[in-house]
Amino acid sequence: MANRGKILLAHGGGGKLMHELVEGLFKEKFSNEILDELTDSAVIKSLPSKDSYLCFTTDSYIVNPLIFPGGDIGKLAICGTINDLAVMGAKPLFISTGFIIEEGLDYELLEKITQSMAEIAAQEGVKIVTGDLKVVEKNCADKLFINTSGIGVGDRRVNLSKKEIVPGDKVIINGPIGEHGLAILAARGDFDFQAEIVSDCVPLTDLIQKVVNLLQSASQSAEIRGIKFMRDPTRGGLATTLNEVVSGMNFGIKIFEEDIPVKEEVKALCEIIGFDPLYVANEGKVMIIAAEEDTEVILEMMRDHPLGKGSQIIGQIIESPKEKVIMKTKIGGSRIIDMLVGDQLPRIC
Amino acid sequence: MCLAVPMRVIEIKDNEAVVELGGLKQKINLGLLEKIDVGDYVIVHAGFAIQKLDEEEAEKTLSFLREMAEKL
Amino acid sequence: MRYIDEYRDPGLIQMLMTKIDHLQQHYPKELFLMEVCGTHTMAIFRSGLRNLLPKNIRLLSGPGCPVCVTPNHYLDKAIAYTRRDDVIITTFGDMIKVPGSSSSLEKEKGRGGDIRVVYSVMDALKIAQEYPGKNIIFLGIGFETTAPTLAATIKMAKEKNIQNFSVFSGHKLIPPAMQALVGAKELHIDGFICPGHVSTIIGGRPYGFIAREYKIPCVVAGFEPLDIVQAIFMLIQQIVNQDPPSVRIQYTRSVKEEGNPKALDLMEEVFEIKDSEWRGIGDIPESGLKIRGNFSSFDAEVNIEVEVEDTKENKGCICGPILRGIKTPLDCKLFKKGCSPENPIGACMVSSEGTCAAYFKYGD
Repeated sequence: MANRGKILLAHGGGGKLMHELVEGLFKEKFSNEILDELTDSAVIKSLPSKDSYLCFTTDSYIVNPLIFPGGDIGKLAICGTINDLAVMGAKPLFISTGFIIEEGLDYELLEKITQSMAEIAAQEGVKIVTGDLKVVEKNCADKLFINTSGIGVGDRRVNLSKKEIVPGDKVIINGPIGEHGLAILAARGDFDFQAEIVSDCVPLTDLIQKVVNLLQSASQSAEIRGIKFMRDPTRGGLATTLNEVVSGMNFGIKIFEEDIPVKEEVKALCEIIGFDPLYVANEGKVMIIAAEEDTEVILEMMRDHPLGKGSQIIGQIIESPKEKVIMKTKIGGSRIIDMLVGDQLPRIC
Repeated sequence: MCLAVPMRVIEIKDNEAVVELGGLKQKINLGLLEKIDVGDYVIVHAGFAIQKLDEEEAEKTLSFLREMAEKL
Repeated sequence: MRYIDEYRDPGLIQMLMTKIDHLQQHYPKELFLMEVCGTHTMAIFRSGLRNLLPKNIRLLSGPGCPVCVTPNHYLDKAIAYTRRDDVIITTFGDMIKVPGSSSSLEKEKGRGGDIRVVYSVMDALKIAQEYPGKNIIFLGIGFETTAPTLAATIKMAKEKNIQNFSVFSGHKLIPPAMQALVGAKELHIDGFICPGHVSTIIGGRPYGFIAREYKIPCVVAGFEPLDIVQAIFMLIQQIVNQDPPSVRIQYTRSVKEEGNPKALDLMEEVFEIKDSEWRGIGDIPESGLKIRGNFSSFDAEVNIEVEVEDTKENKGCICGPILRGIKTPLDCKLFKKGCSPENPIGACMVSSEGTCAAYFKYGD
């Protein structure tokens, strides 16, 4: 392929260079029977049955730096979209990818990122079936932006909804929080730290599906009641996700500080720059709200899975105060946990 | 205005030190203190060590409180 | 984490709470204790200590929040600096969202201003070395904890002959502010919880006049929950026993009577004391720091010309009385009605340790 060095405006121009890039890079890496047709729209002939439902999600990724400990923007994009589908109880099947590239981006970097995406997709049995590519002038985008949309299919017997949540239900997390956001911060190199903090970016489908199937087989009735609701706590951290759960509902959540798993290095960095791990982004965590009677069996199964070794019950649903998240602190006091406002910034106070 | 954290000195070179907390390492400036040795704990604020942590006093505070707890 | 986790021991904290309860029974009157330092305010809220204390111990938040007491005029000038093409503003993260008369650093960043958050003033010096064609201005906000780090860095800049680095000094001093508060006699204060890291630099002696002349006991406290509870216990003990008011140090692992002499010498070498305006309190004599003449090439106010807009204060904002401890955020008409962390009107709401931000985030 000509001009392997840098991506030029012409690569987005619709002409020969663009076709070379699409065929030579994207089609080459993402290849499957649907994409290979390279039609204007992907044609999906296998439709879900009447016992299933479609899930559809979209997200854009603008992370800086593009490569960080634990992954890159491509891995982040595919995992993020897969997880958004998985937490709805769906099996992710098809993904579209839109690239907005700042002219001058190294071809090799784009290739590495595309390779990441292909690997995760292949590993998870997800097909990247369509995409788009634009190149903008210098300074009109920050190196690379990626948009991914995803389609998944779920079983109608899985009924995940905030409305199913009742006081007494438990809140479970599959492992320690606060790694992704801090890995990005450390990777930016603005501060003189050496941290071994690695992003927890990972696709969670297998873990979540196993939990759903576990209850499916255990349940005699047509509906699976054990899991009420799931969400992946990304931007804004676990605190923001918990607040999203209680918003507009007639229950609250109480969490216990001593039960929330946080790795030592994450704790240490938070102490130094004044961050709260509850508000730091995660990319490989799922928050599950489960019926009290099913919690033990769910927890055991999760801890048995490589992506759930650090699983903990961190709290429960309470009758009041409604629409609030409160935390019992390590010293026995309590405080309200609000949503994140703006961004956490390193502080001296 | 008082965010400062005790960290352990693991390396010293001229006026700079590498300090450690929970596995995390940071380079800081020792210009505000006199004699610091590797193994000392220092109070770190905004990239500087502002005081050497007095480990004897630290223990005294805790043992005083623990004794108080026993008497209760 | 060594020397941190031990001071979060729930058992010892409970034990002290029980003892505080016992003392209170002998002295059921309401006691007003002021925590001077904003970091103490935040620590008390975050650890959940606030609702563990007996109801008749009332904690008042003081003016020890450098962001909160920085007047609009300082922000307006910082914003004016950032509008110069040749300037890179470097600042602690605390200042980014603080509203000035008509804008904020965050908004200026959105408009293309080169504003960078740093963790240490040394990072600003490094940026100056990386960008020889630009003027790097560091926003020098903070109290005696931070001022020595600036003094050391300015000295270093002089030794290395770095010509494009300067500081816009907004540093202030704690003891004069405490004097202004007790002198104003607006508040009844039964005891002061003094700032542990400011005192790491200045020692315990500067608070002596508060105990001697105003007869108010002071305890210099650390920032972990056990430190704060022990300090409260030490204050209440003094009050209940009717001991002659004195300054005591709880945070002995960091604070010495004489403080940090080397840091104090550096401050003295680089800075001189001047009168300073504190938002909400007004002018306090000899309460601010100005860069000395022989270091004036590092003084942004001397070297870099800007025109600053006229200062405007928001009329509904009662940050002033809140900083002086005579009102709480709940008394403010704008609290949660127009003034919130996303849209702060006063500094008390935007500062990470401002009283209004604490009340908003953590509830009462």
